[in-house]
Amino acid sequence: MAEPVLEIELKLLIEAIYLRYSYDFRDYAMASMKRRVVQAVRALECHSVSELQGRVLHEPDTFMAVLQYLTIPVSEMFRDPEYYRALREQVVPLLRTYPSLNIWIAGCSTGEEVYSMAILLEEEGLLSRAHIYATDINPRSLEKARQGVYATDSVRLFTENYQRSGGKHSFSDYYTAAYDAVLMDKRLRERVTFADHSLATDSVFAETQFISCRNVLIYFNRGLQDRAVGLFHESLGHRGFLGLGSKESLDFGQHAGAFEPIARAERIFRKR
Amino acid sequence: MNNEHIHRPYARVEAVVIGVSAGGLDALSVLLEGFPTDYGLPLIVVQHIPEGVASQLAVIFDRKLALRVKEANDKMPIESGCLYFAPPGYHLLVETNRHFSLSIDPRVHFSRPAIDALFESAADTWGPALAGVLLTGANADGAAGLRHIAEQGGLALVQDPAEAQVDTMPRSALALFTPHHVLPLAGLRELLLQLDC
Repeated sequence: MAEPVLEIELKLLIEAIYLRYSYDFRDYAMASMKRRVVQAVRALECHSVSELQGRVLHEPDTFMAVLQYLTIPVSEMFRDPEYYRALREQVVPLLRTYPSLNIWIAGCSTGEEVYSMAILLEEEGLLSRAHIYATDINPRSLEKARQGVYATDSVRLFTENYQRSGGKHSFSDYYTAAYDAVLMDKRLRERVTFADHSLATDSVFAETQFISCRNVLIYFNRGLQDRAVGLFHESLGHRGFLGLGSKESLDFGQHAGAFEPIARAERIFRKR
Repeated sequence: MNNEHIHRPYARVEAVVIGVSAGGLDALSVLLEGFPTDYGLPLIVVQHIPEGVASQLAVIFDRKLALRVKEANDKMPIESGCLYFAPPGYHLLVETNRHFSLSIDPRVHFSRPAIDALFESAADTWGPALAGVLLTGANADGAAGLRHIAEQGGLALVQDPAEAQVDTMPRSALALFTPHHVLPLAGLRELLLQLDC
């Protein structure tokens, strides 16, 4: 049976984006990609993926608009509070033994996880000796992350999550409120480098002791998952830690044997 | 709807997707009671559940049913005779290589997992070899997905709204298109059992 037209169009669009802009979505999980592309087609008022492809090739601004759909930022501070609780209880005591710490937040999106991690490290007395690399492929997300401005609507959820994660102070200590937004304390990003980095095409840039990469791998196919975990393995120093999203696992991947779980339910692993 | 339609020859169905919300626990218990362990199709369920709490659905139905029951995981291969539930807080999607994938994309009809996301991706994978079942529920999720299944040549089934604990979900589908069958749970159950032969 011939391939459905939409499938063909999808492959061509992804190839066009790769050839024209070097953004590589070729090894992403296609079911989600398709939904996102269809949303972009609708939002940009195109009649087909092919029409969108023409515009993407000729109009860099249109590509940047489409990229916002292909990398939909969905995040919250202290998402899955039990993950952060497990970090405090099981990882922090070991991180304390290092004189300096490099931490990599891969796929940091609009920065919610970066500020969460900085708050946690600050409360555990580790922020001053830590360096956080926060990377993403979407420049607009990185810019938002750098600004640290979040809608007031989301603060209630962030606060609840923070408390459930074992937060030691009051979440309101970490931001100043203005109208309908809150601005995160800039102290929290003094130790952060925001950088453009692709798990699909770039290589390792630093030796790290802890990598947190949550709900990124689910968007990749098996091959790209292996590539990403390979990068993490290469970047992590001796007995370094890796934290994943609550439904992500290393079980069936190429590097399954290279890590051991230390908090199984919270998906925190340690390099063997 | 008339019962003799049930016996029309379908394209061979290779998978069943089921969407349900409010009233789902009871409805699924009736629908799937007594399904044999060697049932030849995978059954994939999105039941709306609150995010951020561990789901007991797989555990509950594993106790009740002879079928194997699992919470679907990212990149898990889809097997026949197995009942899968979408995990809370994630959309459950089917890839064309017949593996699951998960996403945390925005909610659809305030729901994650969303029935539409499962139904649409499953229809793109199985085409005419898919049956979709939409049951009781208090929102419109699943209607567009079920129509997509029918558009791809698959079999679209809706619980009789008169019987549904909450009829918004079945009625939303009926408002959008005409499914192949509108049946009470007992009739849907018979039909699903017949698909495996």
